[in-house]
Amino acid sequence: MKPLTPRRVLAVCSLLLLVLFVAVVISLRMGAYPISIPDIVATLFNRIAGRTDQIPSEFLLVVFGLRLPRIALGIIVGAALSTAGAGFQALLRNPLADPYVLGVSSGAALGAIMSLVFAPHVAGAIQIAAFIGAGATIAVVFLLGRRGGQLDTATLLLAGIITTSFLSAVIMFLMTTLSGRDLRGISFWVMGDLATAPVIDLKWLFFVLIIAAGSIYTTTSDLNLILTGEQEARHLGVNVRRVKLVVYVASSVLTGLAVSVSGSIGYVGLLVPHVMRMLFGNDYRLLIPTSAIGGAILIVVADMLARTLLGATEVPVGAMTALAGAPVFIYLMRRRVR
Amino acid sequence: MNSTASGVAASAPAAETTRLKVEQASYAYSATDRSAPEFTLGPISFEAGRHDLLAILGPNASGKSTLLRLLAGITKPLSGRVEVDGAEVSSLDLKIRAQKIALVQQESQLLFPIRVWEYVMQGRYPYGRRLRFESEEDSVLATNALAQVGASTLRDYWMEELSGGQKQRVILARAMAQQPALLLLDEPTQHLDIGGKVELLRRLRKLADENRHTVVVVTHELDLAAEFADRVVLLHKGKCLRVGTPAEVYDPAALEEVFNVPLEVEIRPNGRPRVSLRTND
Repeated sequence: MKPLTPRRVLAVCSLLLLVLFVAVVISLRMGAYPISIPDIVATLFNRIAGRTDQIPSEFLLVVFGLRLPRIALGIIVGAALSTAGAGFQALLRNPLADPYVLGVSSGAALGAIMSLVFAPHVAGAIQIAAFIGAGATIAVVFLLGRRGGQLDTATLLLAGIITTSFLSAVIMFLMTTLSGRDLRGISFWVMGDLATAPVIDLKWLFFVLIIAAGSIYTTTSDLNLILTGEQEARHLGVNVRRVKLVVYVASSVLTGLAVSVSGSIGYVGLLVPHVMRMLFGNDYRLLIPTSAIGGAILIVVADMLARTLLGATEVPVGAMTALAGAPVFIYLMRRRVR
Repeated sequence: MNSTASGVAASAPAAETTRLKVEQASYAYSATDRSAPEFTLGPISFEAGRHDLLAILGPNASGKSTLLRLLAGITKPLSGRVEVDGAEVSSLDLKIRAQKIALVQQESQLLFPIRVWEYVMQGRYPYGRRLRFESEEDSVLATNALAQVGASTLRDYWMEELSGGQKQRVILARAMAQQPALLLLDEPTQHLDIGGKVELLRRLRKLADENRHTVVVVTHELDLAAEFADRVVLLHKGKCLRVGTPAEVYDPAALEEVFNVPLEVEIRPNGRPRVSLRTND
């Protein structure tokens, strides 16, 4: 009998941050211009220490100009998608929930495209539109996924698949009729990739990530109880409606944020929380931070593979996560149905 | 957050020994807002003191569960009042209410696996801030609660490994960890065999006597209520037919009307009634 302590949360998170750091350094090394790992570490520490003048200018350009922004974007997107997945899993009481599987990513993508069509030059419009698209989609899927007033796993997943396919069709239609405008490629929205740097400053994305993931974190004690039963949680003093509203809004924000800059990268929200549950248990006070860091690790690694696996040709990072995620999804589903 | 609880929490108990006070409470269900009610409950009045074990007795659809919801503060009575220690329960802040009232319902389905001690620890939730980590004190209280229900050896098991009776005890332990003034149980004997039923009722009797909990058990088991309850509330079609000690309530005519079978009642030397089926041989 060992209750979870803040110290354990910090220890586990520090360990995972170390893994993330290693993944970032390895990822920084990969690419056409060769830099050794010691050089990368030295460059990073010199920069942190403010000794920019001691860094060779080509290292400065390759590390901080080209490679690190993309990795940082991957970290933000991975953390956002993974936290959103854990959030939706609690909200829908379903361990198979994931922004991509539920169609929420497609909803966010449609919202983002609409904003590119109607308000192409408004700062932040794409993020807000993606958030609205995500929030509206999860509401629709939630209503479609009910059967006799109860959320039913199979119906919910079907609702997600149908919604995804419908929204993808709408996206295709829009992309075809509006070809010629700067709407990014179809594979960006449907599969997702990190190749194009977003217009918005990464600092803002990071800020929103911290606010949204942080507000989910404040509900983790309540989520633990809700997961053993909503009614029971209410009898134990949990304000279930408020908690669900917070998780609903924050998870939609996180999905919208990720999709607006990287398209629909799938299965991150399914894969990472599942691995973290296996490693560290189901306690949400530990699951939310470990999922966030784990999501960052997954995307950094997946994007590194996407950039380097086929030499000069890039694979969309979403293809990498789907290759890993779809089998895990099948495995989880079969284990539940059994 | 706790300090902003509604002001009624602070008011003094009505009387030294009364803990639960139900005053002319009533409730009605209807299919839509405008149609006539399909089911009405009450008005009902009764009281229960510290270390009382009260049984709410009645057949299916007699309004037992509705009355329990009123006692738990989940639903607000249409008229009348339900008070615990002088505070109207339906207007209490959720956490304050959970510190006063624990409700044990039939087992729910668990979505993710959870250990017994984690489950019992959940009973400490109402005593903390919104985001909380369990303290040393919480661990001690959870351990004590498990010991009180005789389940200390189960604490490292997964919930789904337990038998029906064991699970029932662990759910009860979580309610004990809430340190409630009022302990409500909804048909707790439903999935237990006769040995388990008697054991549970003995345990509840002991909890009421030793910990000064007021225990309210919803049941349709006449024998158990007769043997263990201090007071009985007899419900029939939403009406409260009788309130009193088992000997006062167990009138053959009333019981026959409620349960629709011919019954014989004899008062045993210990003053408690015994009910048996009246047969024609």
